[in-house]
Amino acid sequence: MKTTAGSLESSDCLITISDSDALDIKIESVVFKQFGDDILEVITNTLKEHKIDKLKVLCQDKGALDYTIKSRLETAILRRGENNE
Amino acid sequence: MSNLNKRKIKVIKSIDELFKLIDINDFTNISFHHHLRNGDGVINYVLDKYLREGVNNLNLFPSSIFPSYTKILELIKNEQVNNITTNYLNGPVAEYISNNGLPGMLTMQTHGGRARATIEGINEIDITFIAAPYANIYGDAIGYLGKNRCGSLGYIIPDSKHAKLKVLVTDNLVKDYLENPEINGENIDYILEVDSIGDKSGIVSGTTQITTNPIGVKIAKNTSRLLFELGLIKPGFSFQSGAGGVSLRATKDLKDIMIKENIKASFFSGGITKYHVEMLEMGLVEKLYDVQCFDLEAVDSLSKNINHIPISASDYANPNNPNQVIKDLDMVILGATEIDYNFNVNVTTDSHQTLIGGSGGHSDTATESKVSVIVSPLIKGRIPVIKERVTTITTLGKNIDCFVTERGIAINPLRTDLLELLKDSKLKIYTIKELSEIAHKYTKVPKESLKRDKIIGEVVDRTFEVIDNIYQK
Repeated sequence: MKTTAGSLESSDCLITISDSDALDIKIESVVFKQFGDDILEVITNTLKEHKIDKLKVLCQDKGALDYTIKSRLETAILRRGENNE
Repeated sequence: MSNLNKRKIKVIKSIDELFKLIDINDFTNISFHHHLRNGDGVINYVLDKYLREGVNNLNLFPSSIFPSYTKILELIKNEQVNNITTNYLNGPVAEYISNNGLPGMLTMQTHGGRARATIEGINEIDITFIAAPYANIYGDAIGYLGKNRCGSLGYIIPDSKHAKLKVLVTDNLVKDYLENPEINGENIDYILEVDSIGDKSGIVSGTTQITTNPIGVKIAKNTSRLLFELGLIKPGFSFQSGAGGVSLRATKDLKDIMIKENIKASFFSGGITKYHVEMLEMGLVEKLYDVQCFDLEAVDSLSKNINHIPISASDYANPNNPNQVIKDLDMVILGATEIDYNFNVNVTTDSHQTLIGGSGGHSDTATESKVSVIVSPLIKGRIPVIKERVTTITTLGKNIDCFVTERGIAINPLRTDLLELLKDSKLKIYTIKELSEIAHKYTKVPKESLKRDKIIGEVVDRTFEVIDNIYQK
């Protein structure tokens, strides 16, 4: 099952998460060259905060700031939780 | 006045007919204007002939290159083009050159520099094809009448005098006398009569609307306040702004100040939009000196408002022309893709090294005006606009005075006079490094990895000084 949050508008990102046996993070970003490592770090840290170690995450980024990426990811996680109930 | 002493120009009906009269291989340095912008039909029509004939070693001198100029790309891919000299380019041609370069060089001139180089023989143009919306049989032409009217023909006037052969291309040929023609028939060798020179609706670009984006609105407000606090908005002032949404918003804010304070300006110059025309018709400004129309309202204003005056690129911005209009400019508002710690500005490439524009009149007006103001959001899609060093220098930092963003303003430290005027201001004034640090708090510091292996072009200032290289992506 896939859950999404965000958009593909400029300065936003679209996060898509789905089930996985391991942590699988994929980043497609218009600013990958400049900020790819930073984006990976914010996603990794957010997952840690939520004690998640098995998830497939796709981040399609259009130049979102860290707090946007974090909130989109958290929204997707919460939506997924609701759907699982 | 009459046509009595005028010489009729030979009229030909097709490009094939023209090159039966002259040998196409003798005319490989070719120039065009871009006043019809994305609606131009002449460039593709003419260059298709060069494609079909397989003429090699072409050197192209279009004043700008737009996405619809597809025959240029075909000629490049066919390895028929050696060098391109222009003022601005975007779209597929720009992308292709960014990735592949040319066999020769891409030379980026300014509008004023192009006029100067054409007049002084640096740009050696064998033949110019002048799209003319309204022409008479004596070779006189104007741009603001006719079914495909595009307004001022300013950029091609130097070519109409200094190219070796001058061909007027028109879809509207009349016998009538023309008062004050922009193109003087004395210089014209042939008239090429065609069904259509293009589509005038293509001159309107998507960006020439006043922005309502809250960041843009804040930048414009900061800009008009800055200009007012610097004492520049005073009776008889002169002004130029680009046609970007933020610049136009700043122009609107200026208009509100002028109405409130009962101030009338002497002239606006450069690219003209309906917003400038409205201020002329309201009596807020005495004259518009127009080198390019950005919308159809501006085009139609030229035929009804006597104080809306089309001017040549040389009268606009040629540094060796003592009458250049912009030497009297009090202030100019311009955009930036990037700006750096030394106030150098880039509007030629993006931060990924793709060609996306060019100087146009950026460096010309920044150099000549008493105060030059750059307006831009501090951050664009996570990329901070302030760099340690811009990817490509379009305009030298010594010619840039103020940088206005939504979060604050930086003044070039060379302008101690402006800093003194602003010492008690409530505006947020920072050093450019402080503004950069504010941006990095939101974005973090970007990792830069520019390729600097192969030079594909150069930026030539109006002084003819090469101020930067352009590198292959």
